[in-house]
Amino acid sequence: MSLVTDLLTFRPLPSDLYLDRMELNMIKKKTIHTLSVYVSNKPGVLARIAQTFSRRGYNIESLVVSTAIDGRFSRMTIGVSGAIEGLGQIIKQVDKLIDVLHCTDHTFDDAVTKEMGLVKISVGSEGRGEALQIAEHFGCKTVDLTDTSIMLQVVGDPAKIDALMGMLQKFRLIEVVRTGKVLMSRGAETT
Amino acid sequence: MADKITIDGGQAIIKCLEAQGVEYIFGYSGGSVIPIFDAMITTPSNIKFVLVRHEQGATHMADGYARATGKPAVVLVTSGPGATNVITGIMTAHMDSVPMICLTGQSVSWMIGKDAFQEADIFDISMPVVKHSYLLKSSNEIPRTIREAFHIATTGRPGPVLIDIPKDMSAGPMTADLNAEMDIPGYKTHEDDQINQEHILAIAEALATSQKPLFLIGHGVMISGAQDALRALVEKIQVPVTTTLLGKGAFPETHELSLGWLGMHGSAYANKAICDCDLLVNIGSRFDDRILGDPAQFCKQATIVHIDIDPSEIGKMIQPDIYCIGDALKVINALDPHVGALNTEDWLKKLDGWKQRYPLKFKRQGGLKMQHVIDEFYKLSEGEAIVVTDVGQHQMWAGQFYKTDKINRFLSSGGAGTMGFGLPAAIGAQFGCPDDLVICFSGDGGFQMTLFELATAALYKLPIKIVILNNHYLGMVRQWQELFYDDRKSGVDLEGNPDFVKLAESYGIKGFNLRRPGDVKRIVKAALDYNEGPCLINCEVEKTDNVFPMVPAGKPIEDMLIDAPKEGSKKLEKPTGST
Repeated sequence: MSLVTDLLTFRPLPSDLYLDRMELNMIKKKTIHTLSVYVSNKPGVLARIAQTFSRRGYNIESLVVSTAIDGRFSRMTIGVSGAIEGLGQIIKQVDKLIDVLHCTDHTFDDAVTKEMGLVKISVGSEGRGEALQIAEHFGCKTVDLTDTSIMLQVVGDPAKIDALMGMLQKFRLIEVVRTGKVLMSRGAETT
Repeated sequence: MADKITIDGGQAIIKCLEAQGVEYIFGYSGGSVIPIFDAMITTPSNIKFVLVRHEQGATHMADGYARATGKPAVVLVTSGPGATNVITGIMTAHMDSVPMICLTGQSVSWMIGKDAFQEADIFDISMPVVKHSYLLKSSNEIPRTIREAFHIATTGRPGPVLIDIPKDMSAGPMTADLNAEMDIPGYKTHEDDQINQEHILAIAEALATSQKPLFLIGHGVMISGAQDALRALVEKIQVPVTTTLLGKGAFPETHELSLGWLGMHGSAYANKAICDCDLLVNIGSRFDDRILGDPAQFCKQATIVHIDIDPSEIGKMIQPDIYCIGDALKVINALDPHVGALNTEDWLKKLDGWKQRYPLKFKRQGGLKMQHVIDEFYKLSEGEAIVVTDVGQHQMWAGQFYKTDKINRFLSSGGAGTMGFGLPAAIGAQFGCPDDLVICFSGDGGFQMTLFELATAALYKLPIKIVILNNHYLGMVRQWQELFYDDRKSGVDLEGNPDFVKLAESYGIKGFNLRRPGDVKRIVKAALDYNEGPCLINCEVEKTDNVFPMVPAGKPIEDMLIDAPKEGSKKLEKPTGST
């Protein structure tokens, strides 16, 4: 299942809320590729990988790095946008880096993709009910509540978080922080 | 139990370099590498140190040494400006897959990142132009790091490796095992990869059904040491061969099946063969833009096979119909049993016709020509010299008129096109091959970029023939301006050149002036006979000669100009390709 279909399935269509149709079409064209990279846990690895993408004009949209079970290694999940032509070659260039054990494109396989987001909206007593209703629908947790604001925590597919942001546009968004997506292959397949 | 002998980091470095079989260190001292320079005195070893005159010179010497011998040399420079001065040389080696170990001094570790005196973040500055790099965190990392660095630099697709060494690491005690194990689980050389048999059979099938096959041979064949296997295969199946400029010598250029080198200034018959073949088998070349012209039009009538040890080269410039990843020698050996003699008689006859019709030539009338000088050196040295070039018109003519029959005998900055490469690379080559004749062809522009290394050549009495093909112009750019910019000469006139012979003499180097075509034979012979160290031959050549054939950058190869456009012919469009 590609991310293109994800976006089509989950994103609230058109609505004036979040995206206009033109922007949506742009997103459809601009597939965000999700790569998992398994690397030696050494200084400079991230710079080398980032450089490989930027040299060819690719933009890193999201990046999550954490230590693997074996502490000598780290896992990266990288969301990267740009022309599909050429990306395969860049993946091979990343794979070629001495500190990279493997770099795999999971965009078109059925891996589990999750992201967490925190969103703080400005809402007083009026509208709070509706906000909490939306939050409940998206399985959010309310992690902070004041007279004038609510902070929600949401976990899920990135498209689901996009959709939540869309629904919350009717309130004033004070701050949004997203972790970037992480990914794991299903069953016997390795990430 | 023997007492543990304590050594410092610098001493450990020298011991580890010696264990790697290092013969030469080319370098320049400075504050942050004093402990390593001191260790060269306190630690007896067989390593010879060559003090250069500029750090860039050290890198090109190590580069020339490695290209001529196939073995890596070491560059040792100080921190800050010493380190930044090696970037051009590292990039030159990286572009042409040349192994090199570059040790840079660094501020003491607790001052890194605090703008210490002569501090430069060379680990990050060098990142895009190295195969790999290290910043030492402890003296005890020295043995493992040096071992890994040599392994990485020399295996798979070779390249430069940089090790940045904070002064406290080279000065401090080192207690680790000098034979420390490597720890590079992510490194894939692809040297020992199983050659994919399906791909081999597909290539054999393509060869068997081809009427007009052509081999395109790159530097990778030399790196792999596959030249003999290649020659045996080529002679068995009777397929014509063209090489890249860096592949010159991977297949003998005087062989009847050789078409010489192809590309922007390659032979007309090699380029015509590219446009007419029905199967192109590329072994160990990366389809550089100098040979493609317009990538979208390149060889589109033919089936394309790409054989390379670096998977990231497959499909980078040209999408092949069949590819095979692996070491060139292994692939050729795997392919050999599956192919027999091909019926290429008609195809070879056609190519011979083109060779007759479009030979590489020059006019002997008029003023002194670079080609004439090069051709004379070729004849009088019987094609046996190691030829080192700088970059520009003379480089192309050296490629055209000095035929190369053996590997590692034509050393030139191909990918990077680094002016100033010639003289120091020739010095490195002569250190590596003391018994060989080394001829350095330079232009007056490139020579002046690194001429200070005349001191190094003189000091070690290296018998290099330094040939300056002096047209008082940056000739290649002037050629473009003449052909594509209505002859508006901008920034190409090298007014103010010194008297090169006097300059040579001031270094204690023998100098010759060569001005008239009639003197070429006599002076070339005198230069070849001179054996008291280096000699410099300043050749005052025609100022405005142009290199042909020429494929204008970005144009399809079919648009090659075999000769100078006729007077009054249609004005040429400005090239769209890069440089």
